[in-house]
Amino acid sequence: MLHIVACIKQVPDTKVIKMNPKTNTMDRASAPAILNPYDAHAVEEAVRLKNKHGGCVSVVTMGPPPAVKAIRKCIEIGADEGYMISDRAFAGADTLATSYALTKAINKISEIKPIDLIICGKMTIDGDTGQVGPGIARRLDIPPLTSVNKVVEIQKEDGYMVVHRKLEDGHEVVKTTLPCLLSVEKEINEVPYSTFPNMLKAARYQPVIWSVNDLEDIDRKQLGLKGSPTIVAKVWAPPKPEGGKLFEGNSDEQVQQLLSVVLEKKELFTEMRGSK
Amino acid sequence: MSFEDYSGVWVFIEENEGKIAPVSLELLGAGRTLADKRGVELAGIMIGENVTGLADTIFEYGADTVYVYDQPIFKLYRTESFMKALLHCSEKYKPEIILYGATSTGKDLASAVATDLPTGLTADTTELDVEEDTGLLLASRPAFGGNIMATILCKKYRPQMATVRPKVMKALQPEKGRNGKLVPEQIDIKEEDMRTKVLKIVRETTKKIRIDEADIVVAGGKGLGSEQGFELVHQLARTLGGVVGASRDVVEAGWIGHHHQVGQTGVTVTPKIYFAIGISGAIQHIVGMKNSGIIIAINKDPDAAIFNSCHYGIVGDAFEIVPLLVKEFHKALHGEEVEV
Ligand SMILES: Cc1cc2nc3c(=O)[nH]c(=O)nc-3n(C[C@H](O)[C@H](O)[C@H](O)COP(=O)(O)OP(=O)(O)OC[C@H]3O[C@@H](n4cnc5c(N)ncnc54)[C@H](O)[C@@H]3O)c2cc1C
Ligand SMILES: Cc1cc2nc3c(=O)[nH]c(=O)nc-3n(C[C@H](O)[C@H](O)[C@H](O)COP(=O)(O)OP(=O)(O)OC[C@H]3O[C@@H](n4cnc5c(N)ncnc54)[C@H](O)[C@@H]3O)c2cc1C
Repeated sequence: MLHIVACIKQVPDTKVIKMNPKTNTMDRASAPAILNPYDAHAVEEAVRLKNKHGGCVSVVTMGPPPAVKAIRKCIEIGADEGYMISDRAFAGADTLATSYALTKAINKISEIKPIDLIICGKMTIDGDTGQVGPGIARRLDIPPLTSVNKVVEIQKEDGYMVVHRKLEDGHEVVKTTLPCLLSVEKEINEVPYSTFPNMLKAARYQPVIWSVNDLEDIDRKQLGLKGSPTIVAKVWAPPKPEGGKLFEGNSDEQVQQLLSVVLEKKELFTEMRGSK
Repeated sequence: MSFEDYSGVWVFIEENEGKIAPVSLELLGAGRTLADKRGVELAGIMIGENVTGLADTIFEYGADTVYVYDQPIFKLYRTESFMKALLHCSEKYKPEIILYGATSTGKDLASAVATDLPTGLTADTTELDVEEDTGLLLASRPAFGGNIMATILCKKYRPQMATVRPKVMKALQPEKGRNGKLVPEQIDIKEEDMRTKVLKIVRETTKKIRIDEADIVVAGGKGLGSEQGFELVHQLARTLGGVVGASRDVVEAGWIGHHHQVGQTGVTVTPKIYFAIGISGAIQHIVGMKNSGIIIAINKDPDAAIFNSCHYGIVGDAFEIVPLLVKEFHKALHGEEVEV
């Protein structure tokens, strides 16, 4: 029986996000909040391992009250329990403070039931740093394994597991002791459509919610904005690429114009030849 | 923490099978500028087995000092062992800034080191500057899927750390024979104490094509209609000696493998020439290619967003334009002008 904890985050859907051109800020209201797509893969992998080996999957999130919705989405995928830490004290956390708070929550979950494995997504689509997973692993002093794209085997009795880590040109097969923390790539699995029973369960599900006072031995100085070494000093819209020069005329003429522009940069081609 | 104790700019030198990762050389270029502005040393830190010989290259690319941990335990990258060496070195010499490539190794290592130090870590930086007098690192990065840029500071902790995207900084022209101070270091780590073991490395030869390293990328989108239509993209790429890129929708349709995907969830490319053919120009695609030298878009819809992100555009049907391009480039490049 395995107890797997997946860390999940609710994020604004960056695909539909709109910028306010006057203030250069994001119009958060314009973007629906969704479960971070990478975290769906983390939860799915946990559920697959549970189905194979038996056990239970808990998900944990740090976020504002509406993040309950993201937990429900995980129940739809097949998670059993959801925990949320939510408190003003956590606001403004960078990855160092986030991993600190989450580690405290994970410690509390492990008192309820010891944890064998923690799975995070590769990154979020809003902050997209990919730093929170390794941060949690270091704080718990368990091995962090990032870029995992396959779980080969897991042996709880013998206390180890074997995974594939994606490399730039292939993968490596790594054996690690348990417990450990994986950050998973999205290729690791496909998240299937939710089943009807899971949807029903999710709709009614109420996660356990802890405030900062519920977490033991917590050092408030390490939380939120105060506990964050990095500060976002300035935010601006990325420079708009200058509108392209559209060629004119019929296809042949346009192609000729393009050709003359590109071939004028002869050095591009000679350099390439030199490097061959 | 007394900031006066911290001095110098460091670059973590990533090495794979005896070769220095290009991003590390790029970071030495960027680091040189920062170090000069501060009037401090630029150092490379290298961890591996049989790597000391690479120090010369690091000097030639701008480092004043190279710290080397050359021990069998570092033959293959592992977070645990590399992190220990880096912490050891940084505690001993106290740099004010450490830069890492935002590669899977660099990000993995930097996140672990930042937690233990502890200090701030700015992710995926694309612009770097430093305040001359205070030494405050100004690290700017895209966030929210490239929708915004943010400048991140780490005012109260040292060292300041950042991972930096490959291909956005420029390596210096190497100066042959340029020399510096080599500092061999050692750390006592036993294999028995390691909790992770690399059992095997599998190189996938089909993945030989590295679109992030190509000078010319010819990328196609859903506008090509089908896998057969997408063949046009391959043809143009072959003619130009470039590699094939694709939008996510094309990858999801199964016309080409995932490692050809350009964009937020694919690969970031910075070729000298980028063709976007039948690609609409969604923000997630743009963030992966916007730093290319010349961006050329071909789309039959004059209002396609891609035309806001390209240098040159042709409004037209790919099935008419691309065969013409193939023919004309063939004539120009393989005929008399240049042989590629
Ligand atoms: C514009 C901007 C830029 C920023 N840049 C930086 C920066 O450079 N460095 C920095 O340290 N911070 C930065 N931050 C802060 C950072 O976004 C937050 O700390 C955030 O809470 C966690 O980082 P992330 O979203 O990047 O998560 P990632 O590290 O990308 O997430 C990886 C995985 O960790 C887990 N996870 C992450 N957050 C949570 C959570 N709240 N609850 C449960 N699981 C979670 C998930 O499994 C997720 O897939 C930035 C914030 C903004 C607004
Ligand atoms: C979290 C997230 C991450 C994502 N990551 C990525 C990513 O990494 N990379 C990526 O590319 N996308 C990504 N996407 C998807 C992205 O939002 C777009 O859906 C995708 O890029 C669209 O692909 P496309 O341009 O090929 O197709 P479409 O949007 O369908 O565009 C096809 C274009 O072809 C043109 N066209 C049609 N016929 C012709 C013709 N005969 N000749 C010339 N032009 C023609 C049309 O006018 C149209 O502009 C992501 C989305 C999300 C939500």
